[in-house]
Amino acid sequence: MMTTTEYRNLAIGAALFILAACLPFVGGAYLLTIGVTIAMYTVLATSWALFSGPTHYISLATAAFFGLGTYTTGLGFEHLDYWLLVPLAAILGAALAAIVGVATLRLSGVYFVIFTLGLAELIRQLVTWGQNVSGQKGLYVLTDLTEVHIYWQLLVLAALVYLTGWLIGRSRLGFALRIIGDDEEVARHSGINTARAKVLLFMVSGAAAAATGAILAPRYIYIEPALAFTPMLSFQVVIMALLGGTGRLWGPVVGVIPFTFLWEAISASFPNQTTLLLGLCFLAIVFILPKGFVGLLTTIRTRMNAREAFS
Amino acid sequence: MRADAPVLSLRGATKRFGGLVAVNEIDFDVAEHEVMGLIGPNGSGKSTTLNLISGALKPTSGTISLRGTPIGHLSAQEIARRGISRTFQLVRLLPSMTVLDNVRAGAVFGHRRRWGAEADAHAMKMLELVGLARRAHAHVGQLTYIDTKRVELARTLASDPKVLLLDEWLAGLNPTELTEGIALIRRLREEGRTIILVEHVMDAIRSLCDRCVVMSSGTKIAEGTPTEVLSDPEVIRAYLGDDDA
Repeated sequence: MMTTTEYRNLAIGAALFILAACLPFVGGAYLLTIGVTIAMYTVLATSWALFSGPTHYISLATAAFFGLGTYTTGLGFEHLDYWLLVPLAAILGAALAAIVGVATLRLSGVYFVIFTLGLAELIRQLVTWGQNVSGQKGLYVLTDLTEVHIYWQLLVLAALVYLTGWLIGRSRLGFALRIIGDDEEVARHSGINTARAKVLLFMVSGAAAAATGAILAPRYIYIEPALAFTPMLSFQVVIMALLGGTGRLWGPVVGVIPFTFLWEAISASFPNQTTLLLGLCFLAIVFILPKGFVGLLTTIRTRMNAREAFS
Repeated sequence: MRADAPVLSLRGATKRFGGLVAVNEIDFDVAEHEVMGLIGPNGSGKSTTLNLISGALKPTSGTISLRGTPIGHLSAQEIARRGISRTFQLVRLLPSMTVLDNVRAGAVFGHRRRWGAEADAHAMKMLELVGLARRAHAHVGQLTYIDTKRVELARTLASDPKVLLLDEWLAGLNPTELTEGIALIRRLREEGRTIILVEHVMDAIRSLCDRCVVMSSGTKIAEGTPTEVLSDPEVIRAYLGDDDA
């Protein structure tokens, strides 16, 4: 059962993806690099928002899942068929998310945030320790995959994330999450298994982040814990998703695109002050656009409707 | 003794918060199609008792059973799925949703689970029952106080509960709204629903309840028809103090 609007949105979505897939044929190498970054953050921010949008649980664990994915490729590409590595990373990401979810989603608010940040650091330290013991510094991921291959893989992953998000939005699970986000007490007393709903969604976002890491590993060529598990990644994903807005499926990408260009400009002009400027951007977004571009659009629409009503 | 087994029964239900005994060894039964009033002065443990039944709190000791099955150890969501549904003392709606979606929450996840068109139709039916069908697509922020209460009631009804718990559902209504509110609950009573009312409004208790349990300082001090318990000297003493008894 689909409405006309849903068919229209699906058609628009499909057209945009085909357009995006043509980028390597029209753009140069630099544009493709930007394209990979945008595709990567689109997957990460959209899947992050699938969980954090409705539940309002701010997760800083993106780097943990992403790093897990890059290491899955890094350790596995010589032993397994490359095409198995991405699904394997997704499964490992979902499993890690399930364990973390069961342990922490009973925590609320700031405790959950701190735990997820700590988790990424913990895994990074464990991998570093493991490398010190084995005497390895990092891993070389040498494949014949080019930037174009990585870009297309990310696009397919993004399409999967959007499709999953759309299906969840139409399902009982999606409805349950909206109720949980509004009032968890009401959700419980309405008969919703709140813990299970939250863990399931956290697994989806964990799987997507791990798959992204697995796809990007060949691009880095040389991976080490400081790169794969950088907390900066987790923060950037949160900022981009919030800038776009988490209320709609298309919200995060609206934040990802301008932020990627902004970040390029900052990195090029002020390479030594990036963290400082990232913090300033975060503050600016929270103060000026607390509900992101999606929220801004809703406000404008409401105002226009109100004006029409009074005129 | 009633011939049929009670729908809900409490035996020695107790809740302690540290040294404070909020609910002390409460026993009572609720029969099918019965409307039972749970009354008593402020702080007597009525709401805590309701919280024990709905699973918001776990009893320290004693048993609570639904049709003979103990439910005291279950979580709120499991109790809701088994058919006990409640409203809250301070109305709790889902602020980002429409009236219809609020009610759908009960229809989709409650005791009888529905989905899609069936859930929509059922939610709409509940809105008609409480008299809010024409506001179905309004945002809950635009509602008057009594209408927010109607939405909450419709949400609990939408789950097809075996037992309905109303926590001061009539509190805070103005005289006109109160008449409407009492009429609405009377309609539910006539439908044969099993209801526990925690209430302060005496008119409502007299006209709606088959039976009342009176609590004071966490203990049950009287049980019987509204007329019986409201003339009981101990009940009067609990409400008004020694001089008036």
